[in-house]
Amino acid sequence: MKPPPFRYHDPQTIAEVVGLLRSCDNAKLLAGGQSLMPMLNMRFVLPDDVIDLNRVEGLAYIRETDGALEVGAMTRQRDLEFAQLVRARCPLMHEALLQVGHRQTRNRGTLGGSLCQLDPSAELVAVATALDATVIVVGARGAREFDFAAFPAAYMTPALEPDELLSGVRFALWPRGHGHAFVEFARRHGDFAMVSAAVLLEEDRAGTITRASVTVGGLGPAPVRVREVERAIVGNAASETLFRDACESCRTLDAVGDVHAPASYRQHLAAVLSRRALAQAHARAAGAGQ
Amino acid sequence: MNGKVFGRSVERLEDADLLQGAARFIDDIRIPGMLEAAFVRSPHAHAAIRGIDKSAALALPGVHRVFVLADLMPHLQIERLVVGLPSKSYKQDHHRPALAGDEVVHVGEPVAIVVADNRYVAEDGAALVEVDYDPLPAVADCRDALGAGAPRVHRHAPHNLLAEFALGYGDVDGAFGGAAHVLRESIWQHRGGSHSIECRGAVAVHDAMEDRLTLWSSTQMPHAAQRLLCDMLGRDENRVRVITPDVGGGFGPKLVFYPEDVVTALAALLVGRPLKWIEDRREHFVATTQERDQYWEAEIAVDGNARILGIRGNLIHDHGAYTARGVNLPHNSAETLPLQYEVPAYRMNVRVALTNKVPVTPVRGAGHPQGTFVIERLLDRVARELKLDRAEVRRRNLIHADKMPYTTQLKARGGMPIILDSGDYPKCQHQALAHAGWETFGARQQAARAHGRYLGIGLANYCKGTGRGPFEAVTVRIGPSGKVHVYSGAAAMGQSTRTMLAQIVAEQLGGKMENVTVTTGDTAAISMGMGGSNSRQTVIAGSSAHAAALKVRAKALKIASQMLDVAESDLEIEGDRIQATGMREKSASFGEIARTVAGTAGYALPAGVTPGLEATEHLVIDDMAHANGTAVVEVEVDAETGAVGIVKFIALHDCGRIINPMLVDGQILGGTAHGIGNALFEWMGYDDNAQPVTTNLGEYLLVTATEMPHIEILHHESPTPLNPLGVKGIGECGVIPVAAAIISAIEDALMPFGVHLAQAPISPAQIVALIEAARERMQGTPTK
Amino acid sequence: MSETRNIALTVNGTRYEREVEVRMTLADFLRQQLGLTGTHLGCEQGVCGACTILFDDYSARSCLMLAVQANGHQVTTVEGLASGPGHLHPLQQAFRDNHGLQCGFCTPGILTTLVEFLREHPAPTEGEVRVALSGNLCRCTGYQGIVAAALDAAKRLQADVESR
Repeated sequence: MKPPPFRYHDPQTIAEVVGLLRSCDNAKLLAGGQSLMPMLNMRFVLPDDVIDLNRVEGLAYIRETDGALEVGAMTRQRDLEFAQLVRARCPLMHEALLQVGHRQTRNRGTLGGSLCQLDPSAELVAVATALDATVIVVGARGAREFDFAAFPAAYMTPALEPDELLSGVRFALWPRGHGHAFVEFARRHGDFAMVSAAVLLEEDRAGTITRASVTVGGLGPAPVRVREVERAIVGNAASETLFRDACESCRTLDAVGDVHAPASYRQHLAAVLSRRALAQAHARAAGAGQ
Repeated sequence: MNGKVFGRSVERLEDADLLQGAARFIDDIRIPGMLEAAFVRSPHAHAAIRGIDKSAALALPGVHRVFVLADLMPHLQIERLVVGLPSKSYKQDHHRPALAGDEVVHVGEPVAIVVADNRYVAEDGAALVEVDYDPLPAVADCRDALGAGAPRVHRHAPHNLLAEFALGYGDVDGAFGGAAHVLRESIWQHRGGSHSIECRGAVAVHDAMEDRLTLWSSTQMPHAAQRLLCDMLGRDENRVRVITPDVGGGFGPKLVFYPEDVVTALAALLVGRPLKWIEDRREHFVATTQERDQYWEAEIAVDGNARILGIRGNLIHDHGAYTARGVNLPHNSAETLPLQYEVPAYRMNVRVALTNKVPVTPVRGAGHPQGTFVIERLLDRVARELKLDRAEVRRRNLIHADKMPYTTQLKARGGMPIILDSGDYPKCQHQALAHAGWETFGARQQAARAHGRYLGIGLANYCKGTGRGPFEAVTVRIGPSGKVHVYSGAAAMGQSTRTMLAQIVAEQLGGKMENVTVTTGDTAAISMGMGGSNSRQTVIAGSSAHAAALKVRAKALKIASQMLDVAESDLEIEGDRIQATGMREKSASFGEIARTVAGTAGYALPAGVTPGLEATEHLVIDDMAHANGTAVVEVEVDAETGAVGIVKFIALHDCGRIINPMLVDGQILGGTAHGIGNALFEWMGYDDNAQPVTTNLGEYLLVTATEMPHIEILHHESPTPLNPLGVKGIGECGVIPVAAAIISAIEDALMPFGVHLAQAPISPAQIVALIEAARERMQGTPTK
Repeated sequence: MSETRNIALTVNGTRYEREVEVRMTLADFLRQQLGLTGTHLGCEQGVCGACTILFDDYSARSCLMLAVQANGHQVTTVEGLASGPGHLHPLQQAFRDNHGLQCGFCTPGILTTLVEFLREHPAPTEGEVRVALSGNLCRCTGYQGIVAAALDAAKRLQADVESR
C-alpha cells in the first residue's frame, strides 16, 4: 500500500493554487491528509498532480467577525478544539470536535479537508449543516460565497468548479445562552458516527422554544436538517414528550444501509439520537427556570 | 515455589530494545542490494485464468522480474504446500499451490510476484500485470456449500465437503430417550482474523558462495518452514536456514507456512539478489489465514435436577478454499464442548465445508471458544427453562476436584485418551462468583431497571488442554565467557518466551537474569523445533529448559567441587559463580568452570567429566495439562441503541504453577481483549459472491482502550503432575470463556424483553432488531 | 523513477538533508532512508497508530504524511525519546515496570502519543488516558498495562518536575 507516482506542488499563495488547478487536469488538493493519504496509499485515487496546501499563506485563522465565526479552510481541527473562542461562542462545534477521530488525526486534519471530503458521517459536516454555514470559495474568477446547504453536490463530492478551492467557512453564531448538543453513535470512540444528531435551541424565559436547528448525519449522502422536527417544537414548551413525539418523524427520513447497519436501524438511531440531543440542548439552554 | 527468580514478576529481557525502537522486526531488515516484491492477487472469489501478460509490467523501469507459476515450476520439486495435519476424515485434499495456476479460488490468492527496486515500483508493476480471468460461480456460505447443486469451490472437485467426522462416546440417543428435558439451540459463531499489528513478511538471501538460502520470516514455526522449503526447493537442511526475527504478534495465523514464503525465497534465488516482501494490511485481510463461521445445531438432555444426560448435534465448519492447517479447528471445538462437565453421552457430527474464501486456521483459542460457547449457551438455556440459577446448573454438572485425574471418554486428535490432570472447577467458579457479587446482583439489576437501565450478568467456565507435545528442544550451555546461553526451537512472537525460558534456567544457574541469553527461532541454532502454538511453550519448552538446566547445574557443581576441593553438597551457585557455601573467596566463576571442560591440548579433563558444559533436552510429554477458569461479566445494554458497555469483568484462571505473575496477567488481559472483540466487534464479512466487505481496520473493528473495561484477574493454582514445573499454558486461555460470558450477560440484561441470543458476535443493530422482534412476539404480532 | 525533491529536516535533534521521491511517505523515509526503524507500519491507512511520530512536537501519523512535507520541520521518533544510551525515558521505564508491552510492535506509536498527551495533561484520569490511547491499536495487552504505565509515568514525570 504505497502511493502511486504523481507530481508534487507546494504553492505558497492562493493565486498559485488556483493557477495550478487551472493547468492540471487530474489534481488532488492535499490538506491535512487524513483522508487523501489513505486513499493514495490504497491507490483508490490516482492523481497526476498533488497540490499541497500546507504551505499556503492565509488559509488558517479563527476569528469572530460581525457575529459570525470565521475559520480558514486549513485550520487544524486541533486548533479549533483548543480555541477559546470556539468553546465559548460555538460550543456545538467544540463538542463535535471531541468526537472527530483521535488526537493524532486532529493534529493534522483540517476543517476544510473534512468539509471537502464530505463523508456523510463526518461530524464537522453535520456541524456546518446545523449552523447554516457559508462557504467561501476562491477560483479563477475570484471569490464567491454560498450556503453550505448547496455545498454537497453528490456523494462525497463538493460543489466546487475544477479551478476552485475552499478558502474559509463562516458560521453564524447563536446568541449566548442557547442550548446545544452533539450526540453521536459510533461503534468505537473516534470512529465516524454511524448516525449523529446536532441540535441548537433557543428558549424564552417561559421555556418555550423560539428557535431550533436539528440536523441528522449518517443517513444518506449528506447530513439533513430535519425541518419537520424544528417546526414541531418551535413555539412549544420544551418537554420530553414533545421531543419524543417530534423525533418520531426521523424514522421516515431517507436512509442508506450498508454491511454494518441496515437503513432501518439508522432511521431508528436518528429518532433516538435527535431526541437525546434535544433533551441535552434543552438542559443547557438558558431559558425556563434560570 | 518462589525462588530467586521463579515465581517472580521479573523484568522482561525483551523490553529495553522494544521500548527504544532497537528491536529487529522483519521489515527492519535491510540488506545491501536488496529488491522488494509485491504480489498480484486475485480480485475474484472464483475464476479460471486464461492467460497472464507480464509485458507492460516488465517494461516499467525499476521492475526486474515477474514470475508466475509456470516460471517457478522448473525449480519446484512440489508445487503445492502440503501442510495439513494428518486425519482420516478428509474426503479430498486441497493443498495451496505456490502461485495460482489455471484457477483462483479466493479473493487475494497470489497469482504472480513482481520483483522491483522497491515496494513502490513493485506495486506500480503489479498493477500492470494483466491477468485474463474467466469468472466462475463462487460459494460464500459454508451451509450452502454442502447443499445439492451448490457451485464447486474448485471447479474440478466432486463436491465441497472437505472432511467429515464424528466425535463422541456413550449411548447418546438412549440418553435422550428417557430425558426429562431436551433443549435445542441453533448457534452461529464467527471469529475473525488475528490482526497482529505487524503483518507477515519474508526476506530471502541466497549466499552463492556457500549455496545457502536464508529466509527471515515472521513465522511461529521456523523449523517447519525450513522443512517445507527443503521439500519444495529440493535442498538439504544445510542449505536452508530459517530465522524468525522479532515478531509483532502471532496469534495463530503466523504458524502457517504460506505461498509468499516459498515464492519470495525462490524468487531471490532466481534473481540472485536479496529480496523482501512485506505484507500490507489489505493483503492481511485477504491472504493471511483467519477463523470464520461455525453453524451448530446442538441438543442437550437433562434430568429433572438439571444433570446432563447427553449432548448431541451437528456442526458445519467453514474451511475456506484450501487446507492450510487441517481439521484441528472443528475438532478442537467439538472436543471442548463437554470437557469440564460430567457428560455421560456425547456425539457431535462435524462437516467441514470448502468455501471460496481465505483458508481457515486457528486464531488464538483455536476452536475452544466456540465449543465453550455452545455448552455454556446450552446450560444457560437449561437454567432458563428449569428456572434455576445459571451458576447452580453448572455447579451440579462440573467435574469435581476429588475425581482428578479424570479420564474422559474423549480421544485427542492423535488418538490418545484425554485426561483432565488437575484442577478444582467448582471452586474456581465459586471464587469468581463471590468476587463478582453474583448473589447480590439481582437487587442491583432490579434497582437499575426501575430507572430504565438494563444491567446483566453472565458467566462462563472453560477448560483447555495446553502444552501440546510431543516435545520441544532446548539446549543450555555455559560458555567460556561465563554467560548462560539458552537455545530453543520454541518461537517468540511477543509473549515473553525469552524471559520465560531465562527465568527457568536462571533459577538453577545463579538467579541472574542478565547473565542469560536466549536464542529462539533460528534453525541454525538448534536442529529440531516445533515452535509456538497451542499454549505450549511454557509447558513443553519450559520443561525441557528446566531439565537441561538441572543437568548443566549438576555438571558445573561436579567440576567446581574438584576445582575448589569442596564437597558438592557444600557448594552453592550465586550469580555467575559457584562458591563454598557462604564463602565468596572460595569460588570459581562460570567462565573458569566452562574453560576446564573446553579442553586444553595435551591435558586431561577433570576426573569423570565429559567435555563441554551444556545439555540438550527434548522432554517428551504427550498428555496435555488442562488449564481452566471462569469469567464473570457485568454489562449495561442501551436498549435504544443496542450499545453494550462492559461494566465489570472478572477473569479467574488456573494455569498451574505461575513462573511470572506479571506475564501471566498480560496473557490473560490480551486474550480477554480478543474475546471481547469476538463477542461485540470483530466480523470478517463477505458478500454473497464471496467478496470480502471488511478489508481495512476502519471496517473490521478491533477493540481500543476506550472499549476495554478494567479486567480483574484472580488466580487459582493447581500444579499439574504432568511436568516437573507444574505449569500449564496460558497463551490462549484468556480468550476462551469471554464471548460466552458476555452473550450470557447481554441476554440477562434483556430478560425483560424476552430476547434470546444464539450468536457471537452481536452488533448493536442486531440487538435492537432482536428487541424489536421480541416486542412484536409479545404483542402477538406475527414475526417474519 | 518518479519526481524527487531535496529536503532538509531535523530528526531527534539531528539535521538531515536528503533527496526523496515526492510520493514517499514520511514513515518510509524515516525507516528506509534514515534507518530509524523504530517507527512501525501496521496499516498505512491511519488507523492503527503504530507509525505515530511527533511532528513539531505534535503527534501525527507518519504513514499519512509525505516526506517532502517534513521539509524544514522537526520530527521526533521513538529513538529520540530517551535522554541517552542506556537511559530510558520515565515513560519507557513505566512501560517496562507495568508490562505495558508484549510484542512491542505498537509501542513506539503509543509512546510518542503519550509523550504529547502527558505534556498537555500532567495529571490525567484513567478515562482521559483511555481516550488519548483510542487512536492506537494494541493486539497483545488489552491496554490495561498501557493505561497503568501512562498513569504511573504521569506520577514519575510530576516527581521529576517537583524534584527540580
